[in-house]
Amino acid sequence: MFGVGGGTCSYEEIETTDVILLWGSNAREAHPIFFHHLMKGVRNGARLYAVDPRHTTSAMWADVWLGLEVGSDIALANAVAREIITAGLHHEEFIRHATVGFEAYAESVEPWTLQRGAEITGLPPEVIRRMAHDYATADQAQICWTLGITEHHNATDNVLALINLALLTGHVGRYGSGLVPIRGQNNVQGGGDMGALPNRLPGFQEIEDPVSRGKFEAVWGRPVPNQAGKHLSLMLEAMELGEITGLYVIGENPAQSEARSDHARHLLRGLEFMVVQDLFMTRTAELADVVLPAAAGWAETDGTVTSSERRVQRVRKALDPPGEARDDLHIISALAERMGRGWGYPTAEEVWDELRSLSPNHAGMSYRRLAEAGGLQWPCPGEDHPGTLFLHGDLWDDPLPRDPAPFFPTPWAPPVDELSEEYPIRLTTGRRLDSYNTGVQSGGYSSPLRTAVAIEVAPADRAALGVAEGDLVRVVSRRGSVEAPVLVDRSLRPGLAFMAVHDPDVVDVNLLTIDAWDPKSGTAEFKATAVRIEPLADGAERRSGVRSVADYPV
Amino acid sequence: MAEVTLVVDGTTVTMPDGSTILDACRALDNNQPTLCYLDNLTPVNVCRVCVVEVEGNRTLVPSCSRPVEEGMEVATDSDRVRHSRKMVYEFLASSVDLDLVDEETVAWMDHYGCDPDRYGPPADPAHDRDRRKAGHHQIGPGTEAETVHQPVKVDNELYVRDYSRCILCYKCVEACGEDAQNTFAIAVAGRGFDARISTEFDTGLTDSACVFCGNCIGVCPTGALMFRSEHELRLAGMWEEDDQTVTRTVCSYCGVGCNLDLHVQDNRIVKVTSPMDHSVTSGHLCIKGRFGYEYVQEVGDLAVTPIDDILRRARIDDRGRYPRPDSRA
Repeated sequence: MFGVGGGTCSYEEIETTDVILLWGSNAREAHPIFFHHLMKGVRNGARLYAVDPRHTTSAMWADVWLGLEVGSDIALANAVAREIITAGLHHEEFIRHATVGFEAYAESVEPWTLQRGAEITGLPPEVIRRMAHDYATADQAQICWTLGITEHHNATDNVLALINLALLTGHVGRYGSGLVPIRGQNNVQGGGDMGALPNRLPGFQEIEDPVSRGKFEAVWGRPVPNQAGKHLSLMLEAMELGEITGLYVIGENPAQSEARSDHARHLLRGLEFMVVQDLFMTRTAELADVVLPAAAGWAETDGTVTSSERRVQRVRKALDPPGEARDDLHIISALAERMGRGWGYPTAEEVWDELRSLSPNHAGMSYRRLAEAGGLQWPCPGEDHPGTLFLHGDLWDDPLPRDPAPFFPTPWAPPVDELSEEYPIRLTTGRRLDSYNTGVQSGGYSSPLRTAVAIEVAPADRAALGVAEGDLVRVVSRRGSVEAPVLVDRSLRPGLAFMAVHDPDVVDVNLLTIDAWDPKSGTAEFKATAVRIEPLADGAERRSGVRSVADYPV
Repeated sequence: MAEVTLVVDGTTVTMPDGSTILDACRALDNNQPTLCYLDNLTPVNVCRVCVVEVEGNRTLVPSCSRPVEEGMEVATDSDRVRHSRKMVYEFLASSVDLDLVDEETVAWMDHYGCDPDRYGPPADPAHDRDRRKAGHHQIGPGTEAETVHQPVKVDNELYVRDYSRCILCYKCVEACGEDAQNTFAIAVAGRGFDARISTEFDTGLTDSACVFCGNCIGVCPTGALMFRSEHELRLAGMWEEDDQTVTRTVCSYCGVGCNLDLHVQDNRIVKVTSPMDHSVTSGHLCIKGRFGYEYVQEVGDLAVTPIDDILRRARIDDRGRYPRPDSRA
C-alpha cells in the first residue's frame, strides 16, 4: 500500500491498540499465534469488531460480530466512510496534510447511507454506525484482514476500501494504528519482496523502471526483460490461447488449488512440457514431464523467509533431505549450468548478500544480525539500522517528505457467481485450524481435530434438505458438482454454506468455485460460489461418521 | 518511572516500581529457585519454592510475584527460608516422580539437603485419582509416602499426560488459558492432595476442548506433558537427548513467522519447541507448528530408521481421517 508491499504494523502493536476491525479473517484458526497477540489486546481492553459472514471462532471473541453478506465488504466500508464523514469524525488535518483525492472519494461514498449499506450487507444500520464511530474516535485502531478480503473478483478494490478508511481517520503511520494484512503462507511476503511477482524485481523494485532494472543488469551482466510478466490467472489464460506451452512449477499444486480445478487440469494436461519441482508427487507433479524432487525449504535448507510484520528471519537446515531431493537453490543453479549460463553454486548467504547489495530495504540485514536480533523488519537500510516497527510514519511529518497517499473511490460490485432459484445457496471456502491448503503438508501428521471435508450448513438448511448429519449429498455449482457429507454448523446463517479446501482427493471443492479473478491482483473468487444442494437417494446409506462442527473445539 | 530501593541479603538495590522481589534478586545475580514461575506466564505463586523472608511480614512471601517496596528488607537464605524450601522440595519429591526435572532443580534440592525418602517408601500407583471427591480423602497408614502415581494417559498421537510427574504448578493451565491460547481446556479439579489437572468431566483429550497446540507441553517443568514421540522413544530406551541437535528455523505453514526449535535425533524431528524470548511466539505455537512437521520425514521405504519403526508401531490405526498424502520418494 502506498507503493510499498507490506503490512504497516508489528504484532506487538495490536496488544495495546484500542479498536480492532478483524475483517474477513478467522485468525484464531488460520493464524493462531497472531491471534494470541490480538487476544492480549482484547484482554487489555481493545474493542474487537469481527466482520465475517460466518460467526467464526474468532468472531466469538468479538464485542460485535458483523455477519455481512458474502462479497458486500465494499458496501460496508463505503457506508462506514460516509457515516464517519457525515458525523464529522474524519481526520481533516491528516487528510489535508497527507492525502489526495478526498473530495472525489467523499462524493463516491455519498450515496452509501447507513440504510443503503444495511440493505446490501444485511447488517442492522446501528451496527454499521457503531463500528464507524468506534473506529473513527479511537486513539489507536487497526484493520486486520486476510483471504476473506482478497479471494474475491474485486480483491484490490476490497483492500483499497479498507485503506480509504485508515486514511479517512488517520489510523496509519502511528504506533498502534495501521493496516494489517496477515499473510497466508510462511513466505508469501518474502516471495513478493524477492521479486516473485510478475512486475517486480528483488526488493519489490519496479521491473518497468529503467533505473531499477539498470542496477540489476549491471550486477547480473544480462539484460532484464523490460515488461511485467504474467501472474498465475493470466498464465492460465495464455495456456488456453496456446501462448504458453511450457511451465516450470516450483512448490505449487495448481491442479488442485486453482478455482474451477478441472479446467486448470485440462490446461496443464494440454501443455507441451511441464516441469514440477516439489517435495511430493502432487497431482500437479503427476501431470509433469519431469519431476525434480526438492528439499523442504524450512527444515532441510538454509535461507530466509519474511513474515506478515515484514520480519526477515533465518530458516536453517536441521535434516538431510531424503533420497535425491535437492535444495531449490541447487536445482536452479544446476539448470542454469545445463543451459550454458551457469553462475556456479552459491550458498544461500551469498545469494542473500547479493540481494542486500541491490535492495535498499534489506541492505542492513546480514545473516549475523538476523540471527542475533531474532529477525529484522524492513526497511533496514544499513548495518546500524534497527529495522522498522511500523511504516508510513512520514505521513505525519511536516513538511510532508513524500507524495501524499491517494484515496481511491471503490464502487461496489456483487460476487460474479449470482444466486438464483437454481443455485440459491452461497458457498464460501476456507481453512480449518489443523489443516492447510490442499493438504499436501498438513495431511502428513495425525490430527485429533481432523474431520472429513463436508458441506457445512445452517441447522435450518439441513432440516429443509430433509437429510441427517453425515448423509452424503451432491453440491452443484454452474461449473461442476461434488459429493460430500452434510455437517451442521451453527456459525452459519440459512443460505450460507462452508467447505474446507484441505482434501481435494476426496472432495474436490474447487470443481465448484469460479475462476472469475481480480484484474489487478489475479486472485480468483474462491469465497463466493452459488450452489444448490441435492439429497442423494442412497445418501443415508453412504453416510459417514463425520464429527459435528459444533463439537469442533478451538 | 518511579524507583524503589530495597535491601536483599544485606545488599542495597534500586528497582523500577512494579518489579518483583525475584526481579531484584536477578538484578543482583542472587539466583533463586522457581518451579511454577515462567517469564512468559502470569505468576500464580503456588509452588512456594521461591519464598523469602521479608522483615515485618508474618509469613514467608513468594518472591516471583511480591512487588518490591521502598525500604523492604529481604532475606533469601535465612534458616526459615531454607527450612521451608527443603520441606516443599521433599514433599514434592516424595509424592511426585521428579526424574525429568531440570538440573537446576536437582542442584537446589541437593543444596537444601533434601531427603524425600525419609517419609517412607512410595505408595502404590492409584487408578482412581480422577474420580476422587473433595472431602473423601482417605488418610494412609503413615508407613509409606503418599504419591500421585498413576498410569500415563495416552489418548492421541500427539502428546501424552503422565500425571505421576505433575507438581500442580498450574503452568499448563495458564498457557491453555489467558496467558496464551485462551482455550481453557484444562483446570485444577479436586482439593488438597487429590487436586489434579483435568479436562472437563475428565474426558479424554480428543473429546475435550483441547486444540492440541501443545503450549502446555512447552511450559511443563517436569515432563508430565510430553510429545508422544518422546514418550515412545523413552519407553523403547532410545531417547538420546545428548545426541540431539536443536536447530532454529521458521514454521512452514501460515505467514505469522513463528520460530521453531527443531529437536533432531538420527535425522528425525522428535520434538518441536519455540523460544520463550522471541517476540513473535513468546514460546507458544499452534498444532501445525508444533506437530505438523511429519510431512518432511514421510519418506516411504526410502530410509526407514529405528526411530521410524518405534513411532510407526505406536501409531493409532485411525491416523486422522484424511487419506495419507503420497509419501516423498
